[in-house]
Amino acid sequence: MENKATRVGYGEKILELGRENKNIVVLSADVTASTSSHLFAKEFPDRFFNVGISEQDLICEAAGLSLVGKIPFVSAYAVFVTGRCWDQIRNTLCYSNLNVKIIGTHSGILVGPDGATHQALEDIAIMNVIPNMKIFSPCDYIETKKVIEAISHDFGPTYVRLSREKTPVITKEKDSFTIGKANLIADGYDVTIFATGVMVGEAIKAREFLAHEHISAKIINIHTIKPIDEETIINSVMETGCSVVAEEHQILGGLGSIISQILAKNCPIPIEFVGMEDKFGESGEPFELLKKYKLDSIGLLNACKKVLKRKK
Amino acid sequence: MNNLKNFNIFIFIYNIYNTKNIYYKEDLFYFWEKNMNLDKYLSLSKKVREEILKMIFLAKSGHPGGSLSTVEIMIALYFKYLRFNAVDFFENDRDRFILSKGHVCPSQYACLALSGLIPMDELKTLRKIGSKLQGHPSYKAKLKGIEVSTGSLGQGLSIGSGMALGLKLDKKDNNIYVLLGDGELQSGQIWEAIMTSSHYKLNNLCAIIDYNNLQIDGKVSDIKSIMPIKNKFDSFNWNTIEIDGHNYAEIFSAFDRFNLKDTDRPTAIIAKTVKGKGVSFMENNPSWHGKAPNREELDLALKELENFKL
Repeated sequence: MENKATRVGYGEKILELGRENKNIVVLSADVTASTSSHLFAKEFPDRFFNVGISEQDLICEAAGLSLVGKIPFVSAYAVFVTGRCWDQIRNTLCYSNLNVKIIGTHSGILVGPDGATHQALEDIAIMNVIPNMKIFSPCDYIETKKVIEAISHDFGPTYVRLSREKTPVITKEKDSFTIGKANLIADGYDVTIFATGVMVGEAIKAREFLAHEHISAKIINIHTIKPIDEETIINSVMETGCSVVAEEHQILGGLGSIISQILAKNCPIPIEFVGMEDKFGESGEPFELLKKYKLDSIGLLNACKKVLKRKK
Repeated sequence: MNNLKNFNIFIFIYNIYNTKNIYYKEDLFYFWEKNMNLDKYLSLSKKVREEILKMIFLAKSGHPGGSLSTVEIMIALYFKYLRFNAVDFFENDRDRFILSKGHVCPSQYACLALSGLIPMDELKTLRKIGSKLQGHPSYKAKLKGIEVSTGSLGQGLSIGSGMALGLKLDKKDNNIYVLLGDGELQSGQIWEAIMTSSHYKLNNLCAIIDYNNLQIDGKVSDIKSIMPIKNKFDSFNWNTIEIDGHNYAEIFSAFDRFNLKDTDRPTAIIAKTVKGKGVSFMENNPSWHGKAPNREELDLALKELENFKL
């Protein structure tokens, strides 16, 4: 399987879209090349604005641009572009429902050696609680391109969560993508795994391990975290009767919390969670860290076995 | 702008429609005119102050102090400098005004009503449930004249700067005006925006600082001084003008200079003002930052305003 970073998918797609729609503008906060915005910046210098190391200004400059008819894409590191300017996102972008797209690259623990300050593990939680916000967490390079294309035609404040690290390309160009519609990656009848972002790849590996033990796992890729696809989530546990939620994010307030709320209300079943257990990360090689914090296929495998024991 | 001729007729009809209520009968006086004389501006100064006090009294909460210090600046903008079409406001190219210090919106709401952008009657609904006149300006209500939601301080200049960038990109000659508080300059994001706008040479952006030297906790100079404020703007490559923010001649000359666009710098107008201006017991008194007058206080204030002079 080919490995490619989701942030590269963003950079390539936004350049392509920029050629088609001259209302698209791109803003950066001194991390132009590492967020892959440099391709756009080079071809459209007039439509690219670098505001330097000032994320609060970044969000509100984009708000102003959207109010005169532009479609701003702002990109910076996920941890700063959601956390440092949360008030600006809440009070200016979301309250006024402005058409600004926030691209957070370098999300999750996969940032690795940079350590805890740079590992965004709370971004889904803090974006999800704001009304009007939409959240996307694509699982690979190809899906990222589809997300960027889709949100450029959609209206409203949006957050897209991307990775720095090269990760497996799982989906295909021809696979369908619709905003708010979760995708079935593989079918199964013993346990349902809901995964988002890089964890979709880990879920596929875990599914193979489980198959050796004659356990059949269904995998649902939650690329749109808000608005969440309640219908698919409920239907996909009807047969399996138990589930595991996997995310490269804090368990508190993340996808696990969102899915638990839906299932608790509609069809209470045993659920296990794979995610950060209320801890900060640390420096280390990306995939080493995934393993240490049980965010890999082995962590998922164990969580599946645990939830199966709890199933009546 | 288009339709300027139709504007007076429109305002006339608008006011007839909205004066069913006796409370606002006298407003038929305030037709928009292109070249109003100074007396007309002075009577507007008085009128806007009365509306602010009545509005906040009816709402039982709000910010009279800062609202009263911004009156002349707001009138100069709405009755002289802002170019907009009141009929189909949002569909046209227009100058933009952002009230970054959103808590003084009563002053803006009064000007919106008196310039025909919203019905006079609406003023009575300030801060009430279901009202378009939220406690801090709301973009959600789609009121003509409210360009974005504000209220969380420190954000308006960045928004204005972004608008200015976009309009320059489209080669449009519209201007952006942003009204800031002096205490608001303590907010770090303001200085991020100050740097961005001078870096991008946004000479279509004008920031006005309501320099009344008071914030909730007391004097700005005691809490965290912003001095020397002119030097700060100068050194950040802004075109800086200092004026008396209650003197129409000085306000007009500052806005005229901004409109010359003879520099590639953004303009900062530092307007020295008096918090609570026009009501003796509110003037320079921080306790009137965010408190509504009771009936007696309202009557006393309105009585004082009968002899209001600048």
